[in-house]
Amino acid sequence: MSDAIRFLLDGRMERLSGFDPTLTLLEWLRGPAGRMGTKEGCAEGDCGACTVLVGELEGEGVLWRAVNACIYFLPMLDGKALMTVESLGGEHPVQRDMVELHGSQCGFCTPGIVMSLAGRAMGAAGTQEADPRDVLAGNLCRCTGYGPILEAARRNPQKPAADPELVAQLRELRRKERLTLAWTDPATGVARRWIKPHDVADLARARLESPEARIVAGATDVGLWVTKRHRVLPEILHIGDLMREIEETPEGLKLGAGVRYAEAHAPMKRIHADLGELVRRIGATQVRNSGAVGANIANGSPIGDTPPALIALDAVLTLRRGDERRSLPLESYFLEYGKQDIRSGEFVESVFIPRPAPEDFIRIVKLTKRFDSDISAVCMGLRLRMEGERVASARLAFGGMAGTPKRAAAAEAALTGKPLSQDSLEAAAQALAQDFAPLTDMRGSSAYRLEAAGNLLRRFWFERAGAGGVLPQKPLMEGAFHG
Amino acid sequence: MADSAPVSPPASSTRVNAPIPHESAKLHVSGRALYADDVAEPRNLLHLAFGKSTLAHAKIKSVDLSAVRAAPGVVGVYTAADIPGANNVAPFAGDDRILAEDEVIFLGQPIFLVAAESATAARKAALLGKIEYEPLPAYVTIAEARAAGSFIEASQIMRRGDVSRLESAPRRVSGRFEMGGQDHFYLEGQIAVATPMEQGGMHILSSTQHPSEVQHLVAHALHVNSADVVIELRRMGGGFGGKETQPALFAAAAALVAAKTGRPAKYRADRDEDMEITGKRHEFEIAYEAGVDETGRLLALKMDLASRCGCSTDLSPAINDRALFHADNCYFLENVELISHRFKTHTVSNTAFRGFGGPQGMLAIERVMDDIALHLGLDPLAVRKANFYGPPGSGRDVTQYQMPVTDFVADRIVEDLRRRADYESRRAAVEVFNREHPYLKRGISLTPVKFGISFTTTHLNQAGALVHVYADGSVHLNHGGTEMGQGLNTKVAQITADVFGLGLESIRVTSTRTDKVPNTSATAASSGADMNGWAAWNGAETIRLRLAEVMAKKAGVPPEEAVFEGGRVRAGDLDLPFPELCRLAYLARTQLSAAGFYATPKIHYDRATHSGRPFLYFCYGAAVSEVVLDTFTGEFKTLRTDLIHDVGRSLNPAIDLGQVEGAFVQGVGWLTIEELVYDAKGRLTTHAPSTYKIPCASDRPEILNMELWRGGENREPTIHRSKAVGEPPFMLGISVFSALTHAVASATGAACATLEAPATPERILKALAAGRGEAGPREGA
Ligand SMILES: Cc1cc2nc3c(=O)[nH]c(=O)nc-3n(C[C@H](O)[C@H](O)[C@H](O)COP(=O)(O)OP(=O)(O)OC[C@H]3O[C@@H](n4cnc5c(N)ncnc54)[C@H](O)[C@@H]3O)c2cc1C
Ligand code: FES
Ligand code: FES
Repeated sequence: MSDAIRFLLDGRMERLSGFDPTLTLLEWLRGPAGRMGTKEGCAEGDCGACTVLVGELEGEGVLWRAVNACIYFLPMLDGKALMTVESLGGEHPVQRDMVELHGSQCGFCTPGIVMSLAGRAMGAAGTQEADPRDVLAGNLCRCTGYGPILEAARRNPQKPAADPELVAQLRELRRKERLTLAWTDPATGVARRWIKPHDVADLARARLESPEARIVAGATDVGLWVTKRHRVLPEILHIGDLMREIEETPEGLKLGAGVRYAEAHAPMKRIHADLGELVRRIGATQVRNSGAVGANIANGSPIGDTPPALIALDAVLTLRRGDERRSLPLESYFLEYGKQDIRSGEFVESVFIPRPAPEDFIRIVKLTKRFDSDISAVCMGLRLRMEGERVASARLAFGGMAGTPKRAAAAEAALTGKPLSQDSLEAAAQALAQDFAPLTDMRGSSAYRLEAAGNLLRRFWFERAGAGGVLPQKPLMEGAFHG
Repeated sequence: MADSAPVSPPASSTRVNAPIPHESAKLHVSGRALYADDVAEPRNLLHLAFGKSTLAHAKIKSVDLSAVRAAPGVVGVYTAADIPGANNVAPFAGDDRILAEDEVIFLGQPIFLVAAESATAARKAALLGKIEYEPLPAYVTIAEARAAGSFIEASQIMRRGDVSRLESAPRRVSGRFEMGGQDHFYLEGQIAVATPMEQGGMHILSSTQHPSEVQHLVAHALHVNSADVVIELRRMGGGFGGKETQPALFAAAAALVAAKTGRPAKYRADRDEDMEITGKRHEFEIAYEAGVDETGRLLALKMDLASRCGCSTDLSPAINDRALFHADNCYFLENVELISHRFKTHTVSNTAFRGFGGPQGMLAIERVMDDIALHLGLDPLAVRKANFYGPPGSGRDVTQYQMPVTDFVADRIVEDLRRRADYESRRAAVEVFNREHPYLKRGISLTPVKFGISFTTTHLNQAGALVHVYADGSVHLNHGGTEMGQGLNTKVAQITADVFGLGLESIRVTSTRTDKVPNTSATAASSGADMNGWAAWNGAETIRLRLAEVMAKKAGVPPEEAVFEGGRVRAGDLDLPFPELCRLAYLARTQLSAAGFYATPKIHYDRATHSGRPFLYFCYGAAVSEVVLDTFTGEFKTLRTDLIHDVGRSLNPAIDLGQVEGAFVQGVGWLTIEELVYDAKGRLTTHAPSTYKIPCASDRPEILNMELWRGGENREPTIHRSKAVGEPPFMLGISVFSALTHAVASATGAACATLEAPATPERILKALAAGRGEAGPREGA
């Protein structure tokens, strides 16, 4: 049993204990650490003003990731290395280029942008082979219009540097035992605990011991409960560094529940290009570096992006309780709004995505107001298993259309057994009105959601491979929207 | 074509006109630039939060704050009754309360104020107030206010000529449309830190564009003199107009607690609160009726501009006036009647935002141009050109408010741009693409900008500066303007350095403080560099002349012969380093400190008749944008924008290009993805970046070619013949909306414009449906 977290800040070890375990990294930096360079612009992971780099052991090296300090709980740093804008000094090449290219105006977004750029220059997670606009989609700047910042990114080559000393230091910080932080709020007398199991078996035990504890993976949801809704979480079970296995086989892809979007992106893209593009459009780099696919499923949100796609692909979820496991089709995990098929003491362990058959037609589409880094108004997953020109079976699921991610039974029926045609897609589009009565909210009206969802099916006629020989499978959309 | 990075025109050798980096750039990139929240906190600092109304309009029946007082960490709870002076933070009308008294007039209005040992404790406690309300009818939308006859002031009419010419016009075009508001979304939220000083004095760090107004309002609230209150501001993390009148609320709250408790107090609004309780750009509803000839030239125009002002007056009268001043944009409106309704609603009071009503007026007339072109089947650019102002003396050279347009260059800029961007052949290619593609449609449009510079309230056009030269030759520069990222301090430092022939490193730019330069105007209306630049120049020049006297005496030549250059001063045979001259001047008991002042000449305006010369000059620009939209989903992308903008003789081309690009992107955001959604009860449901989407890096056009106009020079004697730059390029964003209008019309075949702003995917689908309705049933997709 230990009672202090340990992490490296600019190569120096910090040992911290006796603090509120839901203190955010940003609060710590701007408070006790006195590092005022990291800014708060939103406290919800959307603006990037608080971007810092967190380094973790990865194979023989250190992988740095840009994360949002505003929704990163301080204990999540345990065993890791941290860099803030102060760590760069002031003469880092990206800093010099930002000055030279006039990349700052008011300067408030700038430290976060500099950290994203520095991360990119170091080959941080999610930046290699990524378009600079994608690397920066999570850094809002209200002043510049981004031109000089993108130019600063392009000017700096990506050169991951080996740092054997840091590797050695991080190895020292590895835990072989569970970490438990205890703290009592002096103002309210409420006791709080942060539990970090050291492996999955330990997690399974801890989950049984404390079934009421709130599981936290990347905290890109849970962090907001604290910063935005001021919720008090008495007990937290942090699984962020566990269940990170990725297994790719000819049958499909198995993702441990802790695999983050950033790591899941490439293998999911190999399942289908659309799935890769969907993951690329979840949040932005910082969110994808923290958030876990398993958590995106586990949280049961009706607007989570992966569930509709994975339901369409017939994914299977595995839950674990102690040493017992049970598997269920992903769609049956979502019972109703706010309610999932998860029992006391259980946790999501992995999700398996079967590899599509070569003759399947697959389309996964996300509709948002802003193309990048926005939550879906509507998200569609479609898999048509074809027998020649006939649709043998259809799996069509939507997010944003109901209280849960949900299959469109009537629309599926309109397609199944029919030849794929403009008429059958039109019938399916119209059948959506039987399947869904979507909500109106700030992301879209009920009518828009229904019309747009239907239009995705209508558009599919033009998009699918070889349609009348008019268009390639990825029509001009690719050039038009995906840069 | 490769994406073009902003290119800087060749650096000139002088300090002014050179693309020098922002004075704080190195601090920005290293995280060492201090904003109000970064200044070391005193140990006994209190943190504040408002308890806020949950209804848009109601009588307050009772307020029970016992649970708030009992909450952990709470030190004090205050209501309107605790304010020693005026319970007011309005810029002039006296109708903005600090804390509500017996009525609330918008959802989110502060009712009580909590001071606690931590921000979290204050925010949590603020949720515990028990308020009993008696609901009153709430008008949320313009339509509701219109139906109820709820106005902030009398409707204004600006007219000229004979609008009855409409009746006889060969072609008539009429329409109506809405445009949404916009949140400033400065990255640094509202903040104030008040520290009590001895003898009832108060020092406040405030993130404000208008330190003097904050000073005066705080003094009134505390019932002390203005001289007892000092406002200080080193830099803001963005302002855009949102920190012109809005910061006074937070400063007054902090000052109230500091005065009551004797402890320093900080109010830092979090993002949601900032968006919920501070004003925004005005939404407008436009209705128009135009009479035109066969070439699309306007013979007469009647236009209604109705705006949502929110729950109080704030700056809405001037903002709506500016909409009228810009409802001509670049076009001569011979016979015109503009009617402006300023509706009072039970929503947060709308306020200044880059362009200050100008963008709304300009979008209205640009929409009229597009609609005329669609009705007549003409190229919209031809219609625009047919309506341009003519040369002086042409009879088509006076605005609808009787100001002669003597510096019109939009025609020349448009011509340059048209050629450079290949407008005609690209428009033809767009038509071909649209015929061939089953569901993607492109659109292209070229729109011009003419924007008037000066505060339309004449007395605001004054500025002051304070310059000290120390005996070691270093220069301390202070002026009444505020730095919000626009590079004002850099430009004023360049101007000052130039006077003394010094490098920028010798100039120390300092915080704006009301105890150094008094009675300043807001840094707004794009006038910051024009006015403070001249004021600083005047101050510096006074000192330079004194130094020249000293030099001349030593060298035995007339003072005019003293040359300040390269850090040295030469006169006759004498050649001294600048610091050496300063030391000599000091020993000779010369005053090396001077205040500078500037009042904009020539301007006057009579609001009763809506006529005069409200502006010293106009800024011009034009942009051509090409978009592609998906008619199934309503998604769109800007493929390419080319723009040329006139900044006169640029004081700093790098900073000016930065302003142009940032303003353009912000303008596109306003008209496309930035959507403020209020529910029927008046609650803003888009109050954070998770739901309110400003442009991110990938929203920048795929190709963006920008140029400062080479022919630019100010005809008026502005500082170094430069032109203001903050606001005008914002309206270049209209080109994207206009291109979308083209794409939508091309998809539906409708002979009218149907798109409303912001053009979210949902509104684009709506516009397509409306267009199809107009055009009759459509074949295919
Ligand atoms: C700026 C921003 C942008 C976002 N954009 C998107 C987007 O585009 N699309 C989208 O879908 N989502 C988006 N999200 C939401 C969020 O990123 C996802 O829901 C994410 O998957 C959550 O992962 P996490 O690891 O951070 O979860 P956490 O916040 O750690 O946990 C989320 C929930 O899942 C539970 N949980 C986590 N793991 C398990 C487990 N193994 N077993 C049982 N329960 C578990 C937790 O108890 C909690 O209730 C965004 C969030 C932010 C802040
Ligand atoms: S403060 Fe905006 S992302 Fe963290
Ligand atoms: S420089 Fe102001 S927000 Fe980016």
